[in-house]
Amino acid sequence: MKWTYFHRMASPKWFYDFSGKILPWVGVLALVLVAGGLTWGLLFTQPDYLQGNSYRIIFLHVPSASLAMTVYVGLAVAASIGFIWKIKLADMAVSCLAPIGASFCALALVTGAIWGKPTWGTWWVWDARLTSMLILLFLYFGLIALREAFDSRETASRACAILAMVGVVNIPIIKYSVEWWNTLHQGSTIRITEESTMAMEMLIPLLMSIAGFYLFCLFVFLLRIRAEILSREQRTKWVRHLLGANS
Amino acid sequence: MSLSAGLGVILKRDLQLAFRNRGDLINPLVFFLLVASLFPLGVGPSSDVLLIMGGGVVWVSALLANLLAMDSLFRSDYEDGSLEQLMLSPTPLWMVAMTKVLAHWLVTGLPITLLAPVIAVMFGLPSQALPAVVMTLLLGTPMLSLIGAIGAGLTVGLRKGGILLSLLTLPLYIPVLILGTGAIDAAVNELPWHAHLMWQGVLVVLGVTFAPLAIGASLRVSVSG
Repeated sequence: MKWTYFHRMASPKWFYDFSGKILPWVGVLALVLVAGGLTWGLLFTQPDYLQGNSYRIIFLHVPSASLAMTVYVGLAVAASIGFIWKIKLADMAVSCLAPIGASFCALALVTGAIWGKPTWGTWWVWDARLTSMLILLFLYFGLIALREAFDSRETASRACAILAMVGVVNIPIIKYSVEWWNTLHQGSTIRITEESTMAMEMLIPLLMSIAGFYLFCLFVFLLRIRAEILSREQRTKWVRHLLGANS
Repeated sequence: MSLSAGLGVILKRDLQLAFRNRGDLINPLVFFLLVASLFPLGVGPSSDVLLIMGGGVVWVSALLANLLAMDSLFRSDYEDGSLEQLMLSPTPLWMVAMTKVLAHWLVTGLPITLLAPVIAVMFGLPSQALPAVVMTLLLGTPMLSLIGAIGAGLTVGLRKGGILLSLLTLPLYIPVLILGTGAIDAAVNELPWHAHLMWQGVLVVLGVTFAPLAIGASLRVSVSG
């Protein structure tokens, strides 16, 4: 029935084989979309009438900002699956996703700062979006640091799962409170160009680049989790067999 | 022994332990006063600046003092094994955890709340802002203790838990801080500040509902792991 399908997905061996099959496709598709979207966006679209060429950083900035948030939600879902049903693969996913999400979060902050300098005249403003992104980065750091702190992998995974679930409950609260704080402290805020008001010829390469970044993220995630599976399952027969066959 | 009697014993024991260790009782308060008095030394004694900063300084100092005290919440019980005994007792773990958080708040959060108006006056906050200072801290410090207890439960088994505890909990403290300072700012500017207070109440209700489960789960991880 349908449920056997889910059970099979939780098996590291099945997931290793399956991810090995889709990995090249994901990689090639990610490369095509990122390369296409960036080339189109950076070279062939018109400069913005207000911001000139500096707006072009959105082709990097928007996908990484969106991924930074999506990865945290995915991480929290994986963490709760791992915590409730004690599925090894889910915990491997949590441990692989945290550094990826932190990297995208840092990339979003850095590209935002580089864009802010010519546009707003300053590297950093305490805008609600920037601040909540910074807090998200701290949440990622907390998760990574907590996992590093434990000697036992089992304890670390359960502790990280609790922290991830507490964090995901808090993210909306943090986001709304930061937005409120910002409107209280400064009357007008600088708004990042809204997507719905964007010209089609900018929107299409942006969507391409977002899709490409998501696939790239999936590609990196699969690479990491495959390495993690091999390292954690190194004593099992199938990994020994696999490595023995390769060498 | 009935449930409430058992919890009463835990509460009494924790309070007794706190009062026999006067140093641990006084230290967070002294830390609170010290941090607050560093700010005028750092930014200068101009009363305009201090008035703008006052509410924020009181809150950040209270938050840091609370965080400092948080590390000791479960540590001694963990080290001498009494936490394990409490977990084996028939009382649900989350109730035990809540009682311990309550005892801890009574000896840290409450004195900080009572001391805060002194700092507020020293920063030149007008008298109409003082009720806001006390009320926001009265609602906010229990919330800080509840969130901090999750982090304390997760890090109690680690040797160098302290710095990790601040990394885990400080981001989660932010909404409480924003609402607290927002109310004080509004009160300083003679605006109504009850909306902030009600939102803080919302956070406390959420915290009291969900945090005990997380504290219990985190203690189980630390003790059984």
